[in-house]
Amino acid sequence: MSPNLAYIDEISDNDIIFRNKLISIIKREFPVERNEFLSNYDTNQYIHAAENVHKLKHKINIFGLKKGFEIAINFENELNNEKFDSYQDFIVVLDLIDNYLKEI
Amino acid sequence: MLKCIIIDDEEMARTIIEQYCSKLDHIQIIKQFNNALEAIQFINSNDVDLVFLDIHMPELNGFDFIDSLNNPPNIILTTSDGNFALNAFEYKSIVDYLVKPIKLPRFIKAVTKIDATKESIQSVTNNEVNEMYVNIDRRLVKIHIPDIYLIEAKGDYINIKTETKNHIVHTTMRKIEDKLPDSLFLKIHRSFIINLKKIVDIEDNSVLIKKEVIPVSRSNRPELMNRLNLLN
Repeated sequence: MSPNLAYIDEISDNDIIFRNKLISIIKREFPVERNEFLSNYDTNQYIHAAENVHKLKHKINIFGLKKGFEIAINFENELNNEKFDSYQDFIVVLDLIDNYLKEI
Repeated sequence: MLKCIIIDDEEMARTIIEQYCSKLDHIQIIKQFNNALEAIQFINSNDVDLVFLDIHMPELNGFDFIDSLNNPPNIILTTSDGNFALNAFEYKSIVDYLVKPIKLPRFIKAVTKIDATKESIQSVTNNEVNEMYVNIDRRLVKIHIPDIYLIEAKGDYINIKTETKNHIVHTTMRKIEDKLPDSLFLKIHRSFIINLKKIVDIEDNSVLIKKEVIPVSRSNRPELMNRLNLLN
């Protein structure tokens, strides 16, 4: 499971300016959404944490992480039922993206 | 040109939709919102043909947003999961449902549905202009408006004369006048409305419609002459 830019390249359609703009937005939005999730999770606000996961799902999908997307779907459902089995797996997915964003 | 707004709390999602719209000549993004509450006021005071609407938003979700509008425009829902698709069928204003990440061909397919809807509405409107229903003996009878050649006042009734049939209807000249297209009909006397296309000829103070000679009042004659000039 490794992130890629296939979708971003596809929608950019050789438009380098748009491609860079999109990556720049993701680099700015992802840490904010990730921190919001961690904050809500740590303070037991699980419904809000589920909303954060829902939003993060889009970015996980954008980077082609199919398995990561499935983990996020499960974890969102778990949070809505105050269950947390997928927490560690979800954190791994977030870390993967976090590291990838530092490389690109 | 379709005037559109985007409502999504994710800047990345808004940017992708904006990029797709920029590839289509007939779509103009007039405003973007990161929450639905701000968009309500804008929609209520501006012409908006289409809304790209995220379902999952804080404060007010997409469905609550639609419920809050008196007359919702066309809406294309955007969401990260397909679980809400069934709910979407309950809203007439929802034209399509796009699951993120959205791909361009699917986006174009959704927008094309709006074009088809607009054409359909136009078609219905045209039909409405060409037809009207009159109440005769508790039945609503359809009349093809261009077939009417003369309307004559008869006390509390009017006689609507068409190519095939006459209809005696209990109503006033004022009411029927409001239902007729100005481009086709003209009141030439307090008791007569004529279809300008059906005029055979005109004498000083009368017109010949089919085989009927209809008086033209002095006050209505200038307007009649003007309108005839327009028909040339």
